[in-house]
Amino acid sequence: MTEADRLVLELRGITKRFPGVVANDSIDFDLRRGEVHALLGENGAGKSTLMNVLYGLYRPDEGGIVLNGKPITFHSPGDAIRAGIGMVHQHFMLIPVMTVAENIVLATEPRRAGVFLDYGAAETRVRALAGQFGFAIDPDAKVEDITVGQQQRVEILKALYRRADILILDEPTAVLTPQEATELFAILRSLNREGMSIIFITHKLNEVLEIANRITVLRRGRKIETVDREGSTEAGLARLMVGREVLFRVEKPASSPGAALLEVEGIQASDDRGVETVRDVSLTVHAGEIVGLAGVDGNGQSELVEVLSGLRRPGAGSVRVAETDVTGAGVKEILDLGVGHIPEDRQRRGLVLDFSLAENLALHDYDREPNSRLGWLFPSRLVARAKGLLQRFDVRGGDAQTLAAALSGGNQQKVVLAREIGREPRVLLAVQPTRGLDVGAIEFVHEQLVAARDAGLAVLLVSLELDEVIALSDRILVIYEGRIVAEYGSDVTPEELGIAMTGGRVDEETAA
Amino acid sequence: MSTPTITTPGSPEPPGDEIPPDTFAGRITLAHRAGGVAVPLLTTLVAFVAGGLVVLVFSRKNPLSTYHAIFNGTGLNWLLPWNTCQFPCQPAIHLQQTAVQFTVLVLTGLAVAFAFRCGLFNIGGQGQYIVGTIAAVWIGTSLDSLPGFLHVTVAILAAAAAGGLWAGIAGFLKATVGAHEVITTIMLNWVALWIGVYLVDIGGPLQDPSAGPVGVTAQVDPGARLRVLWGTPGLQALNIGFFIALAALVVYSLLLNRTTLGYQVRAVGFNPDAAAYGGISVRRSYFLAMAISGAFAGIAGSMDVLGWQLNVDTSFVNAYSYIAFLGIAVALLGRNSAVGIFFSALLFAALTTGTAARNLDPNVFPSELATNLTQMIQGLVVLFVGAELLILGIWQARRRATKTAGRVE
Repeated sequence: MTEADRLVLELRGITKRFPGVVANDSIDFDLRRGEVHALLGENGAGKSTLMNVLYGLYRPDEGGIVLNGKPITFHSPGDAIRAGIGMVHQHFMLIPVMTVAENIVLATEPRRAGVFLDYGAAETRVRALAGQFGFAIDPDAKVEDITVGQQQRVEILKALYRRADILILDEPTAVLTPQEATELFAILRSLNREGMSIIFITHKLNEVLEIANRITVLRRGRKIETVDREGSTEAGLARLMVGREVLFRVEKPASSPGAALLEVEGIQASDDRGVETVRDVSLTVHAGEIVGLAGVDGNGQSELVEVLSGLRRPGAGSVRVAETDVTGAGVKEILDLGVGHIPEDRQRRGLVLDFSLAENLALHDYDREPNSRLGWLFPSRLVARAKGLLQRFDVRGGDAQTLAAALSGGNQQKVVLAREIGREPRVLLAVQPTRGLDVGAIEFVHEQLVAARDAGLAVLLVSLELDEVIALSDRILVIYEGRIVAEYGSDVTPEELGIAMTGGRVDEETAA
Repeated sequence: MSTPTITTPGSPEPPGDEIPPDTFAGRITLAHRAGGVAVPLLTTLVAFVAGGLVVLVFSRKNPLSTYHAIFNGTGLNWLLPWNTCQFPCQPAIHLQQTAVQFTVLVLTGLAVAFAFRCGLFNIGGQGQYIVGTIAAVWIGTSLDSLPGFLHVTVAILAAAAAGGLWAGIAGFLKATVGAHEVITTIMLNWVALWIGVYLVDIGGPLQDPSAGPVGVTAQVDPGARLRVLWGTPGLQALNIGFFIALAALVVYSLLLNRTTLGYQVRAVGFNPDAAAYGGISVRRSYFLAMAISGAFAGIAGSMDVLGWQLNVDTSFVNAYSYIAFLGIAVALLGRNSAVGIFFSALLFAALTTGTAARNLDPNVFPSELATNLTQMIQGLVVLFVGAELLILGIWQARRRATKTAGRVE
């Protein structure tokens, strides 16, 4: 049984129940030596619960773990670490003011006289370890000074330093740029060659097809299937994940632009540190069209949107909404003119997580009739109106009285959409509207944006996802270092956009 | 014992990647939800058990009989049906004192709680209480041409305005230059204290000239006194201030939950970024929340002055005013809810009265130690409330780690 000999890890019939929900329903999962086994599923499919069981954070209600052929029980992450399992969380657990070497040896640091950190020894060991696996990293650099991609490598090295031979990566590419993701994949392949086995948690189909040897798909707490990468397609995996056919192309009729509803002229703005990040941006969005603003994160998009929504004052230029000058106007005034805003970060900006859904849906008009009168609020009216909106936007997982915090990410975003589109604005600022959402929720958001466009809204879509921008937009503007550097129609290729976004030379004919 | 924190019964899918915002208000909110009524009750019970142990170890007194004596000292035994009491009835007098303490603790507790709900930590209750007493005594000793009802109303409103303005300074500084309210309110406490002492001390503008070498104001005009409903006027008798405090609890709850201002305050308290995005002025909310908080504390000051103290002397300003600090413990134990504050104010009021040297039966517990017992038990309750927050904080940190581990869900 050579095949079975190569299994380093087996999860057998893992069941984990929480009150009211079965997060894992008798799931089998195994890992071979030297492979990448992807765990694929929508948000809430049970991926993290399963990994938390493996990492000793949860005790399974049923089922067990077999490590290298021997049954084993983990009572804490410490047990799992000692057994050679390392986990790299999506949010790093590093101490920013300490050096790379210090972070890696933390808790098992080499000592002098039993008390003092032997920094020299730590550095030497870290350097040797990095060299062994081909990591480019400076052990003396402070963690706060290195990039996110490098911080992730520190996390991986930390696991290797603790002699892990099974590595769990939780959504490792969520925080990385495309280049950093490519570098990560190279690292993972070299780790595989050294005999490391890797569990790769994700909901991104293209990554799975690029890096995984085998793919296990979870849906609603159940294992649907384990497939080999060979012969798998994005469409096939998406169907396993969602349980139905998924449209990858957004179906939308040709646009019929009307009057200019959002006119931006020569806007200049600075970020919180006073650095100029928006330089002379002019753009126009007409009724009935989606204008995509593509760009690498941090090229002035956030500040531009803040200016347009009244959260930030521009240094120069003008903004007109439906022919009314709103330059430097407050948030309230701009909202009242009919601007909807799906913010970049729904948890920080878009929702008050400790408010009920009814209260969240009233964020812009709690102070208006019929919600309130002369400063007197009518909570029952908020609830009554919320019920209709929640139904119309298919929000699941709670009713009008549920706290927003209790919803899944996709449903939280639906609540934001319900509020921003539901109040029938004329202009819609949609910033990264599908960030962190799974396939099904993305499809819903896209449909809603197209529907809003067809209803005559002027939609400005700001997104870092090229595919999304291309699929949805009628026109695409590229922002680079605070300037609009190119304009394309919807027939542009991702390659062209990618070059323009990174400041590459723009073809004279297509440039605006 | 990894308590599954990620599901609510009835929700078909595990909830999202929620992590409460790491603000003070966020932690308080968490504390709110974490144990419901059970945790504050347990906190109090543990404090009492610990207090009993200290009594046993250090004074060799029976803790149970000591607590029984304290209970009798609170006057709450008057409410027991088998109690028959002839005039002068001690339990009745004790109960009136408890009610008077309750009044001021409810109001200072609300002063802390309202600011909490806006994400602000108002520990300037003492200063706001002092300016309230000064305003009340000033109006109460002047304007004596006003008819009685109007006079007392104006005096209370003046105290509310003074407390509101005083706290409003901290709110204004927070809103404009971002000065932390904990620092500014503490500083304002001392400013209020020394201004108060100056005003009532010998030669001060509010000192009663006939008092000679004593730093004390004149007595409040009879028309400006809170009407006594039960007991001997001039002692700590039950006056209508008790009902003003109960009304304040209702006002607090309505203001927060049933007004647009309350909506703004809660939104800012939970998530200032989302509030700003929604068009709410965060600065205005900070200022108003502090001012309203201060108004509660200012009213507390007027209740003591117009209800039973009737004048203000230097020791009242620089020593007795410390009672306003207890408002923090009241609000924390009461979970910033009107109902919670009602019960925690009752507890602290009963403790203060029940352990007072003059109320505690000297045969059970030596009166010279009684004051120490007061402070010890109060201290233990505050300590355990603090420990509870600490434990919840640690628990939250654990949960945070677990949640980030479970971020995909």
